[in-house]
Amino acid sequence: MTDSAPILNAPAIQRALTRIAHEIAERNEISSEVVLIGIQRPGVHLARRLGVLLSGIWSHPVATGSLDVSMHRDDLDQRAAPNVQPTEIPVDVTSKTVVLVDDVLFSGRTIRAAMDALNDFGRPKRIQLAVLVDRGHRELPIKADFVGKNVPTAMNEVVAVRLTEMGGLDEVVVERR
Amino acid sequence: MSWHRKHLLDIESLTVEEIVTVLDTARAFKAVGERAIKKVPALRGKTVINLFVEPSTRTRISFELSEQRLSADIINFTAEASSLKKGETLRDTARNLEALNADFIVIRHSASGAPHFLARVINASVINAGDGAHEHPTQALLDVFTIREKKGKIEGLNVTILGDILYSRVARSNIWALTKLGAKVTLCGPSTLVPRVFEQMGCRVTYDVEDAIREADIINLLRIQHERQRQTMFPSLGEYATLFGLNKERLKRTKPEALIMHPGPINRGVEIDSEIADCERSLILEQVTNGLAVRMAVLFLVNGGKGPQELVT
Repeated sequence: MTDSAPILNAPAIQRALTRIAHEIAERNEISSEVVLIGIQRPGVHLARRLGVLLSGIWSHPVATGSLDVSMHRDDLDQRAAPNVQPTEIPVDVTSKTVVLVDDVLFSGRTIRAAMDALNDFGRPKRIQLAVLVDRGHRELPIKADFVGKNVPTAMNEVVAVRLTEMGGLDEVVVERR
Repeated sequence: MSWHRKHLLDIESLTVEEIVTVLDTARAFKAVGERAIKKVPALRGKTVINLFVEPSTRTRISFELSEQRLSADIINFTAEASSLKKGETLRDTARNLEALNADFIVIRHSASGAPHFLARVINASVINAGDGAHEHPTQALLDVFTIREKKGKIEGLNVTILGDILYSRVARSNIWALTKLGAKVTLCGPSTLVPRVFEQMGCRVTYDVEDAIREADIINLLRIQHERQRQTMFPSLGEYATLFGLNKERLKRTKPEALIMHPGPINRGVEIDSEIADCERSLILEQVTNGLAVRMAVLFLVNGGKGPQELVT
């Protein structure tokens, strides 16, 4: 039996992303140095949306890429091999400010893997983290720079982010299993 | 995503979904090979033993590099320098290797079924790198990966395998993979090397090379395996080249978009003319590059196939 509670609806997701875009713009004065990199899969769509919002704010295109962290995970021999998606980093990230974009921040292990994976592509000047939802329960000393919504959760709950790009409506729900 | 296997022993037992999973995963690993840093930590701390009881250069090198690019530790073990020469059985050799806490054993053996036997007696993951005339699964996977990359699909393509089919594990694995994915497979070569019994695997068999290549989208040439033939199956290599070799004249009578493949090593002037091996329709060197990506994908998937199934968070 699964019961689910809505956390963010479509307009709330849009408002959260708009606010995050403005915060990124406020934090990064040299806009040409910013590269948005979404973590497969929902993070890639969120990074693209933030890219559109930021190019509106800055009046120039913002480089946007995707990163798959499967090959850098620390639990590869404890589970079935994950489905590997393409990694596309459109520019040299060396000396750039990379904003990693993910849907949900949980244990922090995905972000650790993402930072490792990113290292293979160059040495960014700094890495920042933007997430739509921070659900707590960190297992590593990692914290987000930009958060859409903080949602206290229990361990047996799942935060599901659904986006129109993946079919269906924009919504974030918490499901209890 | 569907891969829950601890071993890769053959293509025959794989489902279509499993084959497609390998091909999709290999696409991501091919991109790794094109980066400045060609290494990922997926198999960090794991030990792979390359147990090549039968000599091999290209497959062994391809596996070795794939393992290194996944950050595994590697031991190479060849028949010439091993205790197998001193009378140790395969089972004892394998158990000794396992006592070293190996996580993976990649085995090449002249006896069909040797990898299946190993998989039954040891705990490590076993990957078949060619067993006798039975199967060579990673070669077939890299071949279909290359075809899919070039043609965008497998289903409905006419694929002709030309040469020594009888003694070829590459042919058997390719036939399984191609027919599962919906290609129409034609086999051709000297009648002594292409028995009609292959029709039971869902292939068309012809001894007329012109008929075999006319409608082909892919022509996969196989080497005559002198070392596997216990008797003379055809008069001479010269006659083979005349009757079945792919030369410029024959190439003119193929579809212009037909592509040429060969698992190597090639015998120039026998099964393939030198100019054709180097022409732009030849995929021979791309097969080598893709072999790395496919072998990385197989090791990556098999590594996960050992663990319990769990939800991704």
